[in-house]
Amino acid sequence: MRLGYVIPFVLFFALAVALYVGLGLKPRDIPSALIDKPVPEFNLPPVKDHDKGLKTADLKNGEVSLVNVFASWCGPCRVEHPVFMALSKTGEVALHGINYKDDPDNASNWLARYGNPYTRAGADRNGRVGIDWGVYGVPETFVVDQGGRIRYKHVGVMTQEILDKRIMPLVRKLKSKQ
Amino acid sequence: MNPFRHLFVLLFVVCAISALTLTPVTEPNAQSTIDKPLENPADEARALALHKLLRCLVCQNQSISDSNAELARDLRMLVRQRIGSGDSDEETIAYIVDRYGDWVLLDPPVKSTTYVLWFGPVGIFLLALIGVILFLRRSRIQPATPVASLSTEEEAKLKSMLADRDGTDK
Repeated sequence: MRLGYVIPFVLFFALAVALYVGLGLKPRDIPSALIDKPVPEFNLPPVKDHDKGLKTADLKNGEVSLVNVFASWCGPCRVEHPVFMALSKTGEVALHGINYKDDPDNASNWLARYGNPYTRAGADRNGRVGIDWGVYGVPETFVVDQGGRIRYKHVGVMTQEILDKRIMPLVRKLKSKQ
Repeated sequence: MNPFRHLFVLLFVVCAISALTLTPVTEPNAQSTIDKPLENPADEARALALHKLLRCLVCQNQSISDSNAELARDLRMLVRQRIGSGDSDEETIAYIVDRYGDWVLLDPPVKSTTYVLWFGPVGIFLLALIGVILFLRRSRIQPATPVASLSTEEEAKLKSMLADRDGTDK
């Protein structure tokens, strides 16, 4: 067959494949500008009735950690909460929370009622620290390495599957690189 | 019945489901910020102009100036704070791009990762143009290829056929 007849078919299939892949992309998942960058400078007071807040130094202490942005007003946070409760029981990785734009009483009640999986939980009442972390929808979960660098960001509900298949393998890989 | 109606219903359902899986930062709460204009009218005008350039992360096709989302309001106030504290327009935009990436710019910058975005359409148009020109040129050349002339035998046959037809037609 002559090349001139083949080229249009090749172009058509290339376009079809590109568009098909495009259909599967989620426009809600905005790539984070902070991947491989150090965590922002911040210092948050503890959530009401708790004693450990969260600050930059807590994430640069040589430990791999997860930082989960949550709020009592956020429905999906309730959905992912049991996954974090189970994770905190294993003690495999440090889990910290940023309580985003929440009412202090609501936040405290929420943690009392459903359990507190966080080692440290800072209250970001006006959302400024959230902006520094590039937060645009709650829940969001960050993987931070030993040196306090953000290595991965997951937007939306954390499921057991995503935790097992994406987050924990990364955590183990980072840990092995002590 | 409008055949598109089902499509709209389907779209609505899809939107509703995707809205449920992620809670955009729109819920009112105790710490709602309010839009408080800057006191200096020139600064406020600069802030308002910048608001139009920044994309809202919650309602993705609106600028933060158009959006009612709480995050958009927070970002509007953040822009005012930066300007109020003496930042230039560029510094203010850079401050937000550092946190949310080029994605927040409604007018994406021209750089190596966006060449496809900026020049792709022109490239595709040029390719199509070249294709059309080649096609037209070839179709014009083709009739000029010599056609084998008829042999004397065929010539005679053609003549008799034509004569035949002319005879029956009249």
